Amino acid sequence: MSELDLIQTLSHEEIQAIEIEIAHLPDRASAAIDALLIVQEHRGWVSDESLDAIARLLEMSPADLDSIATFYNLIYRKPVGRHVIMVCDSVSCYVMGCDKLCRQMEDKLGVKMGQTTPDDRFTLLPIVCLGACDRAPVMQIDEELIGPVAGDQLDQVLGRFE
Amino acid sequence: MDKPLTERIDACGGLVDMAAFEAAEGYATARRAVTEMTPQEIQEIVKEANLRGRGGAGFPTGVKWGFVPKDEHAGAGHKYLVCNADEMEPGTFKDRYLMEYDPHMLIEGMIIGAFAIQADKAYVFLRGEYHESYRLLNNAIAEAKAKGYLGEGIFGSSFDLELAVHRSAGRYICGEETALLNALEGKRAQPRTKPPFPPASGAWGRPTIVNNVETLCNVPAILQNGAEWFQDLGLGEDAGTKIYGVSGRVNNPGLWELPMGTTIREIIEQHAGGMQDGYELRGILPGGASTEFLIEEHFDLPMEYGTIQAAGSRMGTGTMILMDDSICPVDMSRNLQHFFAQESCGFCTPCREGLPWLEQLLLDIEEGRGQPGDLELLETNASLIGAPGNTFCLHATGAIEPLASALKYFREDFEAHIRDGRCPQAGH
Repeated sequence: MSELDLIQTLSHEEIQAIEIEIAHLPDRASAAIDALLIVQEHRGWVSDESLDAIARLLEMSPADLDSIATFYNLIYRKPVGRHVIMVCDSVSCYVMGCDKLCRQMEDKLGVKMGQTTPDDRFTLLPIVCLGACDRAPVMQIDEELIGPVAGDQLDQVLGRFE
Repeated sequence: MDKPLTERIDACGGLVDMAAFEAAEGYATARRAVTEMTPQEIQEIVKEANLRGRGGAGFPTGVKWGFVPKDEHAGAGHKYLVCNADEMEPGTFKDRYLMEYDPHMLIEGMIIGAFAIQADKAYVFLRGEYHESYRLLNNAIAEAKAKGYLGEGIFGSSFDLELAVHRSAGRYICGEETALLNALEGKRAQPRTKPPFPPASGAWGRPTIVNNVETLCNVPAILQNGAEWFQDLGLGEDAGTKIYGVSGRVNNPGLWELPMGTTIREIIEQHAGGMQDGYELRGILPGGASTEFLIEEHFDLPMEYGTIQAAGSRMGTGTMILMDDSICPVDMSRNLQHFFAQESCGFCTPCREGLPWLEQLLLDIEEGRGQPGDLELLETNASLIGAPGNTFCLHATGAIEPLASALKYFREDFEAHIRDGRCPQAGH
């Protein structure tokens, strides 16, 4: 991939944000996770093409970068919907009824955990403890924490995310 | 009662901004530490105060700081202070509260900690889902930098300190100190061989101290008020206050800063408002998912490191999860093993293969497919998987703690599932 291809694959904005992270670190490869998150913020997920471009920018092999990308659950190597819903299934939310909430969400959206709705509006994912256990059962949609969630509020909550 | 961690938050009724923080003497202690004290003096005060790590392990903070080689032995290069803000222990929500309501308190604690170990680089290792903490910390860091409290020659001294937030991308194993360092370096979060321990060789092979958020937040008040004051805050053998928390079917789930050594019963009944109508308390996980169950006979014990350990559990993060009588202990154990199986980093066979196997066996018992001998099988395998030394880190050991104790305290529930071929609480 030439310098020109790299610039065509990643935007100037993305490259700039990644370079800021690199400046805090002793070497370029140490910014791998930051770079993956930055590109994902701009594109929703990390495609093979993006991964190759990031690897080149960080002067590492795409295989090494992919081994890192696939280790972390908040890096998406497949496309996701416009909004990502994470429903906590850890123990405090379990005690407060998250199994029921997960089923209600699956029924409401017509998809299973890990799937995206056919209109690409929502991706539904389970997540470990969100650190808001006094509000259990909780979920997070994009960057917004919502809880406690009652089954009869789901339409209203989901309606805010077009 | 003194509440060094939360009294500013209470007074502000919400976020403590830079103006409010400085009006309440914020950064005055860091300024004094950096301009008037020696690193050695600071370490001695924190040691004498008996501040113990609030992330769960309870290791004395001042002693840990003392492991960092002094300048002449440290070789050339950076030293690092890393704040472990990867709050992922299920049931734990205290560090989020501190960061989202008083971010400058953490920064002040980090300035003092960094100066005490002579680190010129510091990172907050923040879990990826904490978006609000990320925004607030970055704002607070920019404000501190603008005032000359971070950057080159802080407070007009010759001491430089750069502080940056590293956003994590998930995985519970990042909370393990050496896995965290690999993640900080942009690698897969697999734990490292110990020794060497991080104070000798940590981030990028350089001396590194990893401290929890709540631990670092305690440091400014200790320096401001003295070691004796801090020791006197605790009711029993441990010093200071603790952010205790309760989640589950109580009337008022939440967090409270209370004297270290407050009893379990007082926390649940007075602060969390007791159980909701119609629910009986059967047991608690005192400090997160990886701590052993405690039951009624333990509820008058003070929540402090040694006492809870003597009772067969760990105080852990001090945020307890309550199991009421509507919850099946077998199914709750399955939920816990699901978490640990999923979050294994996959490096060691007993953890990677053993934990999903335990989860499956618990599911079978829960759904009525249990066989005579299954409980013995669970116990044998739990002891093999959980024994320290059989795996590289303590992830599997932590996973077994709630399971082994559930088998001990709720054995009749497990036996009833196998005997009757169904969950007595199914359909509840």
